[in-house]
Amino acid sequence: MIIAGAGKVGWSLTRELIDKGHEVTLLEGRRSRYLQVEQELEHRIQYGDATELWVLERAGIARADLTIAVTGDDEDNILICQMARDKYLCERIVARVNNPRNLQHFKLLGIEPAVSATDLILRLIEHEVPDYGLVHLLDLAGDRLEIIEMTVAENAPAAGSQVGDVQMPEGSLIISILREGGGFVPKPSTQINAGDDVLVVLDPGLMDAITLQFDPNAKRNG
Amino acid sequence: MFVIIVGAGRVGATIAKRMLAEGHQVSVIDEDPLSLEKLEIGLSESWEDAGGRFTLGTALEVEALLAGGIESADVLCCTTNGDNTNLVVAQIAQKRFNVAKVIVRVLDPGRAEWYGRQGLHTICPTQHAIEMIEEAVLAL
Repeated sequence: MIIAGAGKVGWSLTRELIDKGHEVTLLEGRRSRYLQVEQELEHRIQYGDATELWVLERAGIARADLTIAVTGDDEDNILICQMARDKYLCERIVARVNNPRNLQHFKLLGIEPAVSATDLILRLIEHEVPDYGLVHLLDLAGDRLEIIEMTVAENAPAAGSQVGDVQMPEGSLIISILREGGGFVPKPSTQINAGDDVLVVLDPGLMDAITLQFDPNAKRNG
Repeated sequence: MFVIIVGAGRVGATIAKRMLAEGHQVSVIDEDPLSLEKLEIGLSESWEDAGGRFTLGTALEVEALLAGGIESADVLCCTTNGDNTNLVVAQIAQKRFNVAKVIVRVLDPGRAEWYGRQGLHTICPTQHAIEMIEEAVLAL
């Protein structure tokens, strides 16, 4: 794996992936930052501008399975991923979007997945702020599916019902119940309690019908 | 011809002025208001009175490109001081706005060569300098 940009994101990511047993080379173009991170990561960080071909080649991009571009510069992240994919035939790319307004450019050039911290934090806020009844966990865009999490309200039709009796719209399924710190895959006979967190996989557009079953007072969050 | 120049440094500004003098429509996009003043050096009137357009903004902002008139541009030249910015803007112009002719300055010979093969019209001043200096050395 190659990670471009040794900012907070790149440094932590490198640490985590090394812990998981991956071979990772981190690239950093600012000399002072490189020297700082090098004290910890030693030979696993290399100094150089990751948008330059020779720097990518020196890092071994020709045999990388994954290239992650997390510099603070969206143009750089786009180009690093584009060259990794199209020039060096790297199978998988991940790019960081610094300015959410640039997401359209990543999409235009097919740089996906493109991860925006602003977006992630927004999701987290939605998770933490009780005003929003449900949390969008994942868009499976290619499969046209979404996974959402919501807490079952006291007065919800689903509270006290068995899973098999909940009026789930066609195209949706309860895949997991989180209760008292644990999680399990329910059977039709499993009883849903108020306060449970349920994970539901659904076709886009069914959100409102599902919210009605689990959290009828919730404010929509699209 | 309607020409958009993104990045009015020495190269971009000079091309903009020449094209305007030759009677073309010229629209300049630059993030630095000083670049407008520089465009006006040697002109007896303001850039806009002389018929030029100027939009303040960075070229990754689609609003700036639209305000600069990208939808009706015949040619777009990317001449900012950043290779990466130039290469991204050029691709946006080509793929999203279907500008017929996109010319992009890339200082790094490696990227200029590769993106040239990907279908961008790249111009690499570094490569020209290398060749000219080498020629001059050998001619001694």
